[in-house]
Amino acid sequence: MTRKQRRLTLIGCALVVLAIAAGLVLNALRDSIVFFSTPSMVAEKHLGPGKRFRLGGLVEQGSLKRGDNLAVTFTVGDGGATLPVAYKGILPDLFREGQGVVAEGALDANGVFRADTVLAKHDETYMPKDVADALKKQGHWKDDYGAKPNSMPSASAAPTQGAMR
Amino acid sequence: MIAESGHYALVLALALALIQSIVPIVGARWRDAALMNVARSTALAQLLFVAASFAALVTLHVTSDFSVANVFENSHSLKPLLYKITGVWGNHEGSMLLWVSILALFGGLVAAFGNNLPLSLRAHVLAVQAWVASAFYLFILITSNPFLRIANPPIEGRDLNPVLQDIGLAVHPPMLYLGYVGFSISFSFAVAALLEGRIDAAWARWVRPWTLMAWIFLTLGIAMGSYWAYYELGWGGWWFWDPVENASLMPWLAGTALLHSALVMEKRNALKVWTVLLSILTFSLSLLGTFLVRSGVLTSVHAFATDPTRGVFILLILFVFIGGSLSLYAWRAPALKQGGLFAPISREGALVLNNLLLTTACATVFIGTLYPLALEVLTGEKISVGAPFFNFTFAPLFVPLLLAVPFGPLLAWKRGDLLGAAQRLLVAGIVALVAIALVLAWTYGGATLAPLAIGLAAFVIMGALCDLAERIALFRIPLSLSLRRARGLPRATWGTAFAHAGLGVALIGIVCETTWNSEYIGSMKPDDVARVAGYELRLDGLNPRQGPNFREMVAQFTVTRDGEKVSVMTPSKRNFTTRGASTTEAALLTRGASQLYISLGDTSADGAIAVRIYHKPLVLMIWWGPVLMAFGGLLSLSDRRLRVGAPKPAKAAARALQAAE
Repeated sequence: MTRKQRRLTLIGCALVVLAIAAGLVLNALRDSIVFFSTPSMVAEKHLGPGKRFRLGGLVEQGSLKRGDNLAVTFTVGDGGATLPVAYKGILPDLFREGQGVVAEGALDANGVFRADTVLAKHDETYMPKDVADALKKQGHWKDDYGAKPNSMPSASAAPTQGAMR
Repeated sequence: MIAESGHYALVLALALALIQSIVPIVGARWRDAALMNVARSTALAQLLFVAASFAALVTLHVTSDFSVANVFENSHSLKPLLYKITGVWGNHEGSMLLWVSILALFGGLVAAFGNNLPLSLRAHVLAVQAWVASAFYLFILITSNPFLRIANPPIEGRDLNPVLQDIGLAVHPPMLYLGYVGFSISFSFAVAALLEGRIDAAWARWVRPWTLMAWIFLTLGIAMGSYWAYYELGWGGWWFWDPVENASLMPWLAGTALLHSALVMEKRNALKVWTVLLSILTFSLSLLGTFLVRSGVLTSVHAFATDPTRGVFILLILFVFIGGSLSLYAWRAPALKQGGLFAPISREGALVLNNLLLTTACATVFIGTLYPLALEVLTGEKISVGAPFFNFTFAPLFVPLLLAVPFGPLLAWKRGDLLGAAQRLLVAGIVALVAIALVLAWTYGGATLAPLAIGLAAFVIMGALCDLAERIALFRIPLSLSLRRARGLPRATWGTAFAHAGLGVALIGIVCETTWNSEYIGSMKPDDVARVAGYELRLDGLNPRQGPNFREMVAQFTVTRDGEKVSVMTPSKRNFTTRGASTTEAALLTRGASQLYISLGDTSADGAIAVRIYHKPLVLMIWWGPVLMAFGGLLSLSDRRLRVGAPKPAKAAARALQAAE
């Protein structure tokens, strides 16, 4: 083989691998990405049952009900609309009423959001970033969400603290 | 006083770094040895001052000086000593200080052990190292100073995030940073080579040990982080394809590719331009990881604080270094001479394939990680790219890579014999097929892909063993002779075998854990019994307990199997009073490589407690794999051929003398 042929073989191999990878990526991007919505966005977009998405918002006060065998239901709201959520399993350590939550799942035929994962990507003072952004955008952001419960001493501007997976 | 000294030491380190950034380059231009040697002294002095600064912060944390904001926010006087120390880097400011400390450490090591480097190369390398250091000192001093005081010191601190109060924090971040920052050395060498316009096989011989060292630490750091997430977060998951995990995986993939391409360059003087590019890319990905984790664009356990100015500053550093080095590359790389020729089927060819697949896999991770961020910036639409994306893209690219792994070491340099290699791998192929058949028969009607993956893993492991057997001519010559050959094999060969086998071991763990994991989720009352994978777990009772800075509810489970008592497991739920946060302490019971895993949920009004019990078959192999890989790396690092900088042992020198006589 000449130098040119060798180089062509090499480039050919590289192109094949890259083409395969590009195909895989495009295919996966079409099928396996999950969109983020708040209850108002769900109402606007008329999302159909069975379509997976991430729901973010605040757990409504007094809405958490525990059923048999770890079944729980609660309502997620964003100040505009609310959406009932059903989940079976153990809620994360940081799950609280009145605080931000992100759940992944799909709507069922009755318009109930069946979550298979509930994420609490925040701690006691912090909102999940997705939720905070969405609430801000809709004008339902309350300034005191981000602030610390007890007033901070001077010198350090209230930092929002570490988050949970 | 201590805080101010620490702050001052850091400013001095910045001043030294600025001198080190300029003087040696000028010296190299003027061919002035004295000016070039300035780099050595400044690098060592920088290390001294950063170490002093770091020691100051540790002292502040240990003595619980709450007049310092960083200590107040992340410490508590009742916190155990270990967490007072590890809490130093359990926050944004402190972890950045750890970052620069390690950067200074590597700079100091190059200065101390780089005596046999050409003077101008060392000057350039240390200057580039100082550019990076200066940028990060400025970042710390301007946006994230850990030594700021509070005007009215409070009496008690706000405690460290409970999730981080674990031995994992003592190991994971330093390891990971040693890996991330270690790649700065190969970056500096690459930029230095571009500045000098000269690069040769000797360059690769100097770069490879540093890359290998960084790679070993990164491998262990990632594995440790994964195990920590597994036992601490209570979900029993060990890899989430979370952006911060991907941020560490990308430099690992690029670094692994770099390790292999540097080999080609060292042995055959080929792939020079590519190796330089990989060096730049690997460290760029490390910087990107730092940006993703530290800027607050992502929410995760790693993002300690979000402050827009920090994000912008790191982004600026990112643009300057990645953009700058890549432009330099585009400008100077064509000047580097092309190296040796090789046939597509050869050791070089196999290593090129390795590089191709590793970098492509890295690119898919890159896209999956950054696409959501880019989309949000461009269209405002929020999406999440999760495990399915990576399973569909990353996995298919890794299968051919794993298939090719055993062939690589069996092919000769320059021109290989694929058929011959295949013949020598016959045993491995047979073992793989037997493994597939056995697993298929055993799990009849179950998953079909899993047995194939196990077969692939068996092929990789046996392939590594075949390579060793081939080299020591096992069973073809008397055993004693084989053993003598085995002792004579270069350590790097053993290293390769261990590292490659580690891949297979990890794959077995991953496949078994994801496919045959059994779980029980339910609420249990005392004396209830749960059955998981042949084990019976009886909840004996719940007991409250008081810890140093938390209260916990401990559940006691008696584990029996076939009526025989195996062990007692005590998972707990901790409540940290200061932060009002709770954590789940999972209980783990190791049986061989498999584990039983219990984590607790909430207690309900009627005294029942939510319980999650998993049986994870062969799960430990997931982490044994990386440990094997790192061990292989260590063996390879100790190979005499690689120790350019090490002084020759007296014995060898004496023997050489005798031979000369």
